[in-house]
Amino acid sequence: MIRLLCNRFRLFSSLCFALFCCVPAIAQFRVEVSGVGLTQVPITVAPFKGQSTSSAKISEIVQADLERSGQFRPVPAMQAGLDEVSLPDLSVFRRAGSDAIVSGSVSTLADGRVDVRFRLWDVVKGQDLGGQSFAVNAADARLAAHRVADYVYEKLTGDKGAFSTRIAYVTKSGSRYQLWVADSDGENAQSALASPEPIISPAWSPDGNQLAYVSFESRKPVIYVHNVSTGKRRLIANFKGSNSAPAWSPDGKTLAVTLSRDGGSQLFLLSAAGGEPRRLIQSSSIDTEPVFTPDGKQIYFVSDRGGSPQIYRVGAGGQGVERVTFSGSYNISPSVSHDGRWLAYISRVGGAFKLHLMDAASGSVRVLSDTSADESPSFAPNSKLVVYATQVQGREALMTTTLDGKVKARLTGQSGDIREPNWGPFLN
Amino acid sequence: MRSLFVSIVVSAFLVGCGSSVPLNNAPVSDASVKTLAATDGENGASGVKNGGVAPVDLGQNDSQMGLSDAKRTVYFDYDSYVVKPEFQALIAENAKIIISHPGRKVSIEGHTDETGGREYNLALGQKRADAVVGALSVLGVPSSQLEAVSFGKEKPAVQGNDETAYAKNRRAEIRYQ
Repeated sequence: MIRLLCNRFRLFSSLCFALFCCVPAIAQFRVEVSGVGLTQVPITVAPFKGQSTSSAKISEIVQADLERSGQFRPVPAMQAGLDEVSLPDLSVFRRAGSDAIVSGSVSTLADGRVDVRFRLWDVVKGQDLGGQSFAVNAADARLAAHRVADYVYEKLTGDKGAFSTRIAYVTKSGSRYQLWVADSDGENAQSALASPEPIISPAWSPDGNQLAYVSFESRKPVIYVHNVSTGKRRLIANFKGSNSAPAWSPDGKTLAVTLSRDGGSQLFLLSAAGGEPRRLIQSSSIDTEPVFTPDGKQIYFVSDRGGSPQIYRVGAGGQGVERVTFSGSYNISPSVSHDGRWLAYISRVGGAFKLHLMDAASGSVRVLSDTSADESPSFAPNSKLVVYATQVQGREALMTTTLDGKVKARLTGQSGDIREPNWGPFLN
Repeated sequence: MRSLFVSIVVSAFLVGCGSSVPLNNAPVSDASVKTLAATDGENGASGVKNGGVAPVDLGQNDSQMGLSDAKRTVYFDYDSYVVKPEFQALIAENAKIIISHPGRKVSIEGHTDETGGREYNLALGQKRADAVVGALSVLGVPSSQLEAVSFGKEKPAVQGNDETAYAKNRRAEIRYQ
């Protein structure tokens, strides 16, 4: 079924391949679509029956999620009053150019919980693709919407959706810094930490329960591991000098960190339980920004050993350093996709810092952004989107982009300067 | 209490994740969810701050040996981590003071301008702090009294996106603890 749909989309895309498709930005969700050869499923997300009384407009959240993924194009609903039990007149939707319909309802249960139900229809095949219901606390209505989007995404693309995941980021407002945990669209942010001193480099533990980060609260950079559900913090690296750039091993047992305790900025491995760090590699240059590959066997890092900052790779046991980036004189902040296929990083081009993507197997590189102050890329757990920090009209902002760079969205949520995004794992 | 609240909010998130059921089934009435009703209508974005941190300022003026900021700040050229000769007198004056206060710990805080990545700038700021520590050590200051740390680009001395501002931010500050 999915294969059939895909074939149809390929046909659709090849038909419009020669055309320059430029769908106008949808201001409401700040999703920008550009470029040629886009393969997008035209989909109708009908307003959910009963959602007007709910604070979270389920269908709008679902549609925004699907649009942000770059895989879908919205088609307005041609029939009102649909819910998960209606039989939509598919011919009407087919004529409107829709390939799929999501319809559903929102109701409040006697105990105050919200019941979100939906059904997905394949308009082309005239087939019911199933549905679900989520009875959730009213505060979690947005989460239910993200779960709906995950279901639709997986049914229609064959890949797991990553909408019901979390992103950590940092805001700066005056001299106040806050570390937030938000939905994958940047909304519903909850403050995990507030501090009068900078917070940088948050990194989710593989189980999604803890954040490691660098805090300057004691007038020097030290590394904490912070349990987000209890708020309990552990100081795990406070050695003489600077302690920074924490990165989790895939098994969650080890952190790679940058320490200057023995002189210079050097890479060490540290048990997540704390204790004595052991040196990963020794050099007379700057070595920093370590990040494990998903199999845990290698560590990417940044070093200026060749005279300018470049990305290198080393075995997790410290053996076999090899250079990874060769073009440009400033390549930093590597992030490896969870499927191991891609390396996102920031490269200076002229005077601009731009998000780049390397195919790990072939080494071929493309530029993903048209902004000039990009920082801190981080992959969605399904490896289909990258979140990164940049500047838009002089303010710090968070953006997501598809891996072809054609669909970008600005994450809403906190006002003020917003930075240091890190996309968390799938939550079960 | 605050952490309990956050724990409830996050549990609600997790429970929410787990409560999907096939549409054909009646919605599961999960007894555990009732305890979460306390968070109804709460907006997690306001007032939830586990681990809020009180400001601490260790750098009050008379703890700085009567030295003004200018007498404790070494500026660096673009992309340079070498202490320029014009700062030798400043280094010597501070070295004398540190040596004559053997119980006193001193932080050397390295900084960069605002261009480039946060972590890489942290490493560059460390190089500047290390350079000043090296210059002090040459003059006989025991390394046990010194700690080189970096703020990278996080604490610019002045705001601005021009070379004038950048030049004032590429610095290392000697701070008496």
